[in-house]
Amino acid sequence: MRSFQSNLGEFRKRGVRIAAISVDSNFESSKLCLEQGYTFDFLSDPQGEVIRSYGVLHPAGGEKSRDIARPAEFLVDSRGVIRWVNLTDNIRVRARPQAVLQQFDRLIGGPAVTVLRGAPGSQL
Amino acid sequence: MLLWIGFAVTVAAVFSYVPVFVPYPITRDIPWANLLLFLLGGWMLALGLRRAFGQPEWYRGKISGAVMGVLALALFGLFCWGLFVFARHIPAADSAPKIGQQAPDFTLTDAKGEPVSLADLRKSGNAVLLIFYRGYW
Repeated sequence: MRSFQSNLGEFRKRGVRIAAISVDSNFESSKLCLEQGYTFDFLSDPQGEVIRSYGVLHPAGGEKSRDIARPAEFLVDSRGVIRWVNLTDNIRVRARPQAVLQQFDRLIGGPAVTVLRGAPGSQL
Repeated sequence: MLLWIGFAVTVAAVFSYVPVFVPYPITRDIPWANLLLFLLGGWMLALGLRRAFGQPEWYRGKISGAVMGVLALALFGLFCWGLFVFARHIPAADSAPKIGQQAPDFTLTDAKGEPVSLADLRKSGNAVLLIFYRGYW
């Protein structure tokens, strides 16, 4: 998450919104954002319904056998079509921002749109 | 003395992983820094034990050294189990939507409690990166 925050400008340049999803409560997420300085969206799915609809539920994976999300990344284009998926087989090894940006440039379109969307790091 | 330092290095090898090495992908994905620490600690313990048993008139630590050696091995085993076995105990996600499929729409609440839908995120032609994570409960 930290590495995505520090590369947020690159994502904004390309018109990519980042949303992190977990079973954490809004309160837990706001605490995390405050502590870590995250400025992208942290969405709360306490019942795991959305997590289940994306097929990434980890039943009883959390504390006290709570259902949680397994780590996964989905890149969705502006039409809502899934263009890239990363399903790790190891909770330690996650997609890195550079890899995601590379896939975006390859599959959807590079930072050529930069000029239209404003200077790097600007608020969209 | 060597035994104690060796043991301390082994303990550090276990407990430094999360606070020190996880934040950096280069030391997280393959925990080489921690394995190096284990190697160093193990080498010191081995040397200390050889001294304690080989030259007991000069070096102490036959019992404490043996205890620390066993504990260090146990720590090493736990570390390897945690990183190489437990970390892979996640379901396969066979039912995840595939590339080319429409992403399931949703409406969830953000950290401020405001509703946010996938359609909201895609507004004004944005692409969206969804990061599912385990959470901190």
